[in-house]
Amino acid sequence: MRHGKYPLIVTFLVPPVLLYVIFVVSPYLQAFQISTTDWLGYSPDANSVGLANFKTLWNDDYVWNALKNNAILLALVPVLTILLGLFFAAMLNMGGRKGRAGVSGVRGSSFYRTVYFFPQVLSVVIIALLWKEVYHPNKGLLTSALNSVGLAAPTWLGDPRTAFWCVLAVMIWSNVGFYVVLFGAAMSAIPKEIYEAVMLDGASRLATLWKVTIPLLWDTVQVAWVYLAIFALDGFILVQLMTNGGPNFSTDVIGVRMYDTAFGSETKFGYASAIGVVMFFLTLTVAVLALRASKRDRIEYS
Amino acid sequence: MNRRDILRRTAAAGLLATPAAALLTGCATGGGDDKGDAGTHKGTKSEQNPLGVKEDAPLEVVIFNGGFGEEYAKAHEAMYTEKYPKAKINHSATQEISKTLQPRFVDGTPPDVVNNSGAGQIDFNGLVSQNAIADLGELLAAPSLDIPGKTVKDTLLPGAVEVGSYDGKFLVMNYTYTVYGIWHSTKLFTERKWEYAKTWDEHIALCKQIKAAGIAPWTYAGAHPRYMSWPLISTAIKFGGPTVATAIDNLEPNAWKSDGMKAAADAWHQIVKDKYILEGSPGLDHKQSQTAWCQGKAAFISCGSWLESEQKDVTPAGFNMTVQPTPSLGSGDKLPFEAVRGTAGEPFMIPAKAKNLAGGLEFFRVMLSKKGAQDFTRKVSSLTVVAGASEGVELPYGLNTVVKALDASGANGFNWVYNNYYRKLERNLVDAACGEFFSGRIGPAEFLDQCQKGADSIAQDSSIKKYKRAV
Repeated sequence: MRHGKYPLIVTFLVPPVLLYVIFVVSPYLQAFQISTTDWLGYSPDANSVGLANFKTLWNDDYVWNALKNNAILLALVPVLTILLGLFFAAMLNMGGRKGRAGVSGVRGSSFYRTVYFFPQVLSVVIIALLWKEVYHPNKGLLTSALNSVGLAAPTWLGDPRTAFWCVLAVMIWSNVGFYVVLFGAAMSAIPKEIYEAVMLDGASRLATLWKVTIPLLWDTVQVAWVYLAIFALDGFILVQLMTNGGPNFSTDVIGVRMYDTAFGSETKFGYASAIGVVMFFLTLTVAVLALRASKRDRIEYS
Repeated sequence: MNRRDILRRTAAAGLLATPAAALLTGCATGGGDDKGDAGTHKGTKSEQNPLGVKEDAPLEVVIFNGGFGEEYAKAHEAMYTEKYPKAKINHSATQEISKTLQPRFVDGTPPDVVNNSGAGQIDFNGLVSQNAIADLGELLAAPSLDIPGKTVKDTLLPGAVEVGSYDGKFLVMNYTYTVYGIWHSTKLFTERKWEYAKTWDEHIALCKQIKAAGIAPWTYAGAHPRYMSWPLISTAIKFGGPTVATAIDNLEPNAWKSDGMKAAADAWHQIVKDKYILEGSPGLDHKQSQTAWCQGKAAFISCGSWLESEQKDVTPAGFNMTVQPTPSLGSGDKLPFEAVRGTAGEPFMIPAKAKNLAGGLEFFRVMLSKKGAQDFTRKVSSLTVVAGASEGVELPYGLNTVVKALDASGANGFNWVYNNYYRKLERNLVDAACGEFFSGRIGPAEFLDQCQKGADSIAQDSSIKKYKRAV
C-alpha cells in the first residue's frame, strides 16, 4: 500500500482544498483588497484609497452604536444561553426524584427534550416572523397576556427602550434548545459510577452539578462559548427581519450596518468591505479569547 | 479521535466559516475587464423603427415582483413580440433586485430592462455616479407608438421626465403616477356624519370628535415611520411654497429648519401630544397598520396611491377608500388646499452595458403606448405617467378619488426628490427621526434638528454625488 499512499491522499484532499480556496479563502483576500478602495459596486472601476475607509469608520457614530449593541449581545447571549442550557439539560438528565443510586431526568423529560429542540428545527426567518407577531403591540400573544391580567404592555419592538431586549430574548430562545441537546448528550456520557460515588458521599444536587457535572462538561461548554460568541457578533438575520436596526438604530448590529451600506440605502461596497474586515478581526479575536479564557485542565475518565 | 477532538475541530471550523459569511459582500469585483458589448444588437433606423431595434435580438427583462406582480410585464412583453415575432424575451421576476443583479453589473453582462424597485432597490445615486445606466433621451424624442403626431415626451404627464433626470439627463423611466395623501374610509365617514377637514384647526377638532367616538384618529407604520414624513413635508410645502422642497432636495443649509418645516412640525406635533394616534402604532409595520386602518381601528393613514391594490385582500366591501390632500395650515398658505403631491414612481432603467439597448428603449415605448398603459391600469389598478390613458378604463373607487384629487390639484401639484437623490437620507435618517417624533419621544425642534443633522451628514460626505434641481 505504501506506493498508493500519496495518490490516494492527493485525490481525496485536493478537491476540497481547492473548493475551500476558491470559495472561502479568495473572497477573504478580495474583501481585504476591496476594503482599501472606494468601489461602488456597479461598475468594475474602483480607486485605491488606502486606509481612508477605516479612518471614516473610526469616526462613524452609527458603526460605533452597532458595535456597542454587539458588545452587549456578546456579554449576555453566551452567558444566559449556556446557563439556561445547562439548567435544562441537568433537569432533563438528572433532575428526577426516583432512583437513589442512579440518575434520571424529570418526568416527561423526553417530551421536553423534543419541545426544547423545536426552535432549532425552524428556520431563522420563521422564528423572526413568528416573534414579530408575538410582539405585535395590539394583538400579539405577549400584549394580550399582559392585558388579560390587567397590566399595560409596552410597544415591544416599537420602542427603543425595549426593542433591543426583545430581540435579545429571541436570540436566547432560539439557541437554548440546541445547547440543551448538546449538554444533554455530554452529560449522558459521564459514567454513572462517578455519580454513585458522589451520592454515597452525601453531596447535594447542586453540589453535584457544580462540582462534578460542569467540570466534566467543560470542553463542551467551551465549544458552546465560542459558537455563541460568534453568533452574538452576527445576529444579522434576526435583527434585519424583526426591526432592521430600528427604531432609531436602537437594535442596529454591525452585520446590518454592513449590509445596509452595500445593499441597502447605499452602494458603498468598499466601505462595507472595510466593516466586514473589522468584523473579521473582531470575530477572530473574540473566538481566540473565548478559547483561551475557558482553558482548563482536561479530565479524562476512561 | 475522540469526542472532544471532534468538538474542538468543529469549533475551529466554525471559527473559519462564520467570518466567511461576514465577508460575503466582498465577492468578486469581476476582474474589471470591460467586455465592450454594450448595445451590440443594433438594427437600422427607419420611420417604422425609429430606435433601430434589431428584430431578432433577444431582450432580457427583470421585473420587481412586488405589489404590482409580474403579469402586467408579461402582457407588455407579448405586445413587444407581436411587433417583433423573431425576438426571444427572457423574463424573470425577483424581490431582490440589488442582490440578484449586482454581480451582473460588475461583470458587464446586465439585463436589458430592469424594474429597479422595492426594498432591495439599487441606490440610484450609486448607479448614476458610476455611469451604470443608459441615457433614455432617444426614447423621449421617438414618436409615440399609438398616439399619432406626438413624441413619447408629449404623451407624458408633467413632472414625469424631471423625476427621472439627473443633471439634466433622463436616465430613469418612472412608469406609474402616484399621489401621496391622507386616506380615509368614505363609508365610515358617512355613517358617522364626519367630513374631511380642510384646515388644520378643523382637522384637530375632527380628531377630537373621532377619538370621542372610540376610534383612533390616526395610525402609521411605526417600522417605516418615513410614511409620516410625507404629509408633514407636504404641509410645509403648502405653507411655504415649492421652494421648501427645492431647498431640501438641494441639501441647502438649514433647509429642514425653514419656516414652513417649523410650522408643519409644530402642527403635526399636535396629533402626537393629544394622543390622536392608535396605541401601539410605533410597533406596527406598514401592512399591520394599514390592516388596522382597514378594520376601522383608525380613521386616517398616510400613504401613496398604491394603497388600494396593496390592501385589496383585507379591505371590507363598501369600505370605499378616499385620498385627500393634507389640510391647510391657514389662509397664509402659499398653495391652496387642493394641492397634492403627485409624482412618477416605479422606476425602470436600462443598464449602460445592456446588449439590446435599442430593444430596451423600444420596450419602454411599448409600455408608454396608450394600449400598454391602459392594460397596466386595468391589471394593477394604478395610474401611469401616460396622460389620459386611464380614460375609458373602469377604475376602482380609491383610484377614482386619486384621479379627482389630481384634477383638482392641477398646476398646484408639487413634489420632492431627495429620496431619489439620496436614498439613505430618507430611508435611514429622516425615517429614524420620524420614528422618534411620532412616538412622542422628541419634540418638533429636536425632530427638525435630527433631520438637518442627517442632511448635513450627506452634504459633507464627499463619496456621495450631489445633484441640484431648479425650482
